[in-house]
Amino acid sequence: MTGLIDWLTVPLAYPFMQRALVVSVMVAAVCAVLSCYLVLKGWSLIGDAISHAVLPGIVVAYVVNLPLAVGAFAAGLGCALFTGYLKAHSRVKEDTVMGIVFSGMFGLGLVLFTRIETDQHLMHILFGNVLGVTPRDLAETALVAGGTLIVVLLRRRDLLLYCFDVNHARAIGLPVGLLHYGLLVLLALTIVSALKAVGIILVIAMLIAPGATAYLLTNSFERMLAIATAMAVVSAALGTVVSFHIDGATGACIVLTQAAFFAAAFLFAPGHGLLRRRRMAADPEPGS
Amino acid sequence: MNVARPGAEIAPTATVPAAGDGILVSNLTVTYPNGFTAVSDAGFALDPGTICALVGPNGSGKSTVFKAIMGFVEPSTGEVRLMGLPVEQALKQNLVAYVPQSEEVDWNFPVLVETVVTMGRYGHMNFLRIPSRSDRAKVDEALARVGMSAFRHRQIGELSGGQRKRVFLARALAQEARIILLDEPFTGVDVNTEAAIVALLRELRRDGHLILISTHDLGSVPEFCDRVVLINRTVLAAGPTAEVFTHANLERAFGGRDRT
Amino acid sequence: MSALVAELAVPFAYDYMLKAMWVSALVGGVCAFLSAYLTLKGWSLMGDALGHSIVPGVAAAAILGAPFAVGAFLAGILAAAAMQAVRLKSRLREDAVIGLVFTTLFALGLLMASIWPTSVSVQTIVLGNILAISDEDVVQVVIIAAVSLAVLVLKWKDLMAVFFDETHARSIGLNVRALKITFFTLLAACTVAALQTVGACLVIAMVVTPGATAYLLTDRFGRLIVISVALGAATSFAGAYVSYFLDGATGGVIVTLQTLVFLLAFVFAPKHGMLATRRRRIATEAAA
Repeated sequence: MTGLIDWLTVPLAYPFMQRALVVSVMVAAVCAVLSCYLVLKGWSLIGDAISHAVLPGIVVAYVVNLPLAVGAFAAGLGCALFTGYLKAHSRVKEDTVMGIVFSGMFGLGLVLFTRIETDQHLMHILFGNVLGVTPRDLAETALVAGGTLIVVLLRRRDLLLYCFDVNHARAIGLPVGLLHYGLLVLLALTIVSALKAVGIILVIAMLIAPGATAYLLTNSFERMLAIATAMAVVSAALGTVVSFHIDGATGACIVLTQAAFFAAAFLFAPGHGLLRRRRMAADPEPGS
Repeated sequence: MNVARPGAEIAPTATVPAAGDGILVSNLTVTYPNGFTAVSDAGFALDPGTICALVGPNGSGKSTVFKAIMGFVEPSTGEVRLMGLPVEQALKQNLVAYVPQSEEVDWNFPVLVETVVTMGRYGHMNFLRIPSRSDRAKVDEALARVGMSAFRHRQIGELSGGQRKRVFLARALAQEARIILLDEPFTGVDVNTEAAIVALLRELRRDGHLILISTHDLGSVPEFCDRVVLINRTVLAAGPTAEVFTHANLERAFGGRDRT
Repeated sequence: MSALVAELAVPFAYDYMLKAMWVSALVGGVCAFLSAYLTLKGWSLMGDALGHSIVPGVAAAAILGAPFAVGAFLAGILAAAAMQAVRLKSRLREDAVIGLVFTTLFALGLLMASIWPTSVSVQTIVLGNILAISDEDVVQVVIIAAVSLAVLVLKWKDLMAVFFDETHARSIGLNVRALKITFFTLLAACTVAALQTVGACLVIAMVVTPGATAYLLTDRFGRLIVISVALGAATSFAGAYVSYFLDGATGGVIVTLQTLVFLLAFVFAPKHGMLATRRRRIATEAAA
């Protein structure tokens, strides 16, 4: 028992591990809340697209000496808006347009990156560098993640209605356009906040797995938010500690811990899990 | 031409008449992997030279019956035979053609009218699907018959609703199928087009085709269908239109809502 | 003037550049063939998912010293099986299922690479490394491309029939299931080849963008394939060539070129381009 406690606490003796843990947990929490909406709305691909598309924004922001987060945010949102524009003006399917735009932006980002002199490490942008987080990074992340979290939680019911039934939302006079773009903005902000912790490529996992897991466990949206957040926070802490011990990539460890939670929910969930379904299928009375 | 049967099978599931050369569905039950039984113990038989409507409300199992006839779903019990053959063999011999619902088709797909109709011939073509002279002739003939020859180089999305339907009918003609399945052919189609389609279907009946139309729209059924199969999770009634299309039967199928 | 020409001809003087250019063109062409189908079905996400999912297989193959194509292929099958299982047995939306599975596998690949950094380079996996491709890898890529191309040339019409109207394809006696399995097998194989060329994150562009561009230029499927393959091969060749002058980022250059060509087609395509559509609209408004 003490062995386990030691295993968990020893890494926390290091200040860099403390910061890493705090950043991971914050990012995981805000991603988890957003993921509930993305999973219900069918926006998983949008998250993927925005996260890849921030790369050129980061490079350009570096060149013109802006905060990287600003460039990332602008590029992410630009990708979403440009996708919408191309879709509206051509007959190409939306997912295809999105794939073209974000891969094009990512490719452009890579090309730009090779042309500039920088102290930034490409791999850190792509996969995060949570063990190298400075106190300043910590403050920035807390600001963006915290702000996003507060806005989402305050508007959670409107956003839910928007995800569930756009027409009804419009009918009762909610500003549907504002909610649509608001959700996109929040998504872009979340991805920006995750830059330091997991990087732009793995953040998409954290924007799907918690919501998907919680969705298997409950039918109440409020509870879904709570479960997703709890699961994500625990995964983030556990993943960070595990990565310390096995000396592996932290972001990957967090994502795999979340995936393990999903697998457990998938197999054993009381209401919707695989085993429960088996029992129902064996039940001779259909429709019960 | 109507092959009227004396003593129509009002409750046909128990005894299924032997129809060796049309569609024979006997004791068909389909249960999906999630445990939902869409159709149970359904049976009916149809002869060539018939236009038959498969009528039932939404969710009544119409499309499941279609899928079973096309071999998309495996019957849990019972069987389907087409022209006396098991489904797979019948499909191999190009005996069945399918005219999809308009909503099922991607009208932006980059194919021209003649390409769609030519696809009807694929089953007759060689491994590389290179059309022979006779394949080309059959395509021309099918296009001419539905009056779409002038549109052969149009992309399918550039056609009107009625023209679109005719293209897919031409594909069925080019296929030289004996059995033609039409899925909700009259939704979103104006009256003139509907009349044109019905006229074409009548011609096909004269040539000995067996035409099965799935529909939840009762409006035009009595006018041109020889037979009706009324379905709601099982076959409620099957036989000549006049005998099946009674108020009592429709009430059983549609739950009192006599929709026209 | 002659100095400029000499400068521009430099890449052709190096064996490794010649190899990079023709291998890229080959891979680009085959992937573009597949993209003609993929873009029409709204399955673009599949290309992205496969590109990420095969990473643990490639990493494992590198660690064990096995041919990378074998590892990638096994990982691809694992991904497909996992997606199928979750999709059938849970109520999650398809996009969430795909996102969940591919990000998990990708994270697994990264973790492996971070633990055994000497055998696998994360950089190579994410960005590709066509300029330094080994002769053994070239052999694997060429076999994959040649087999795929042969199958596609023989069966393109059958695949078109299946993708256009599955029910009809079945009614004329085509083996729809076998054709679909063939298609996705080829897609998985070509994804492996594309991974070598442009890296995991840009695979999606190779299997989506040329097809979408061609789709704006023609209404005939046969021509669409020809245009798509020509674009894919030409942009990949040119991209590899240009990357010589940029010292790398081959994948980024190829994909940026492909995206630019798409945008040109989007604006200027004779029938389905934005300008043509606008002209038509103005003409009809004037007539009315």
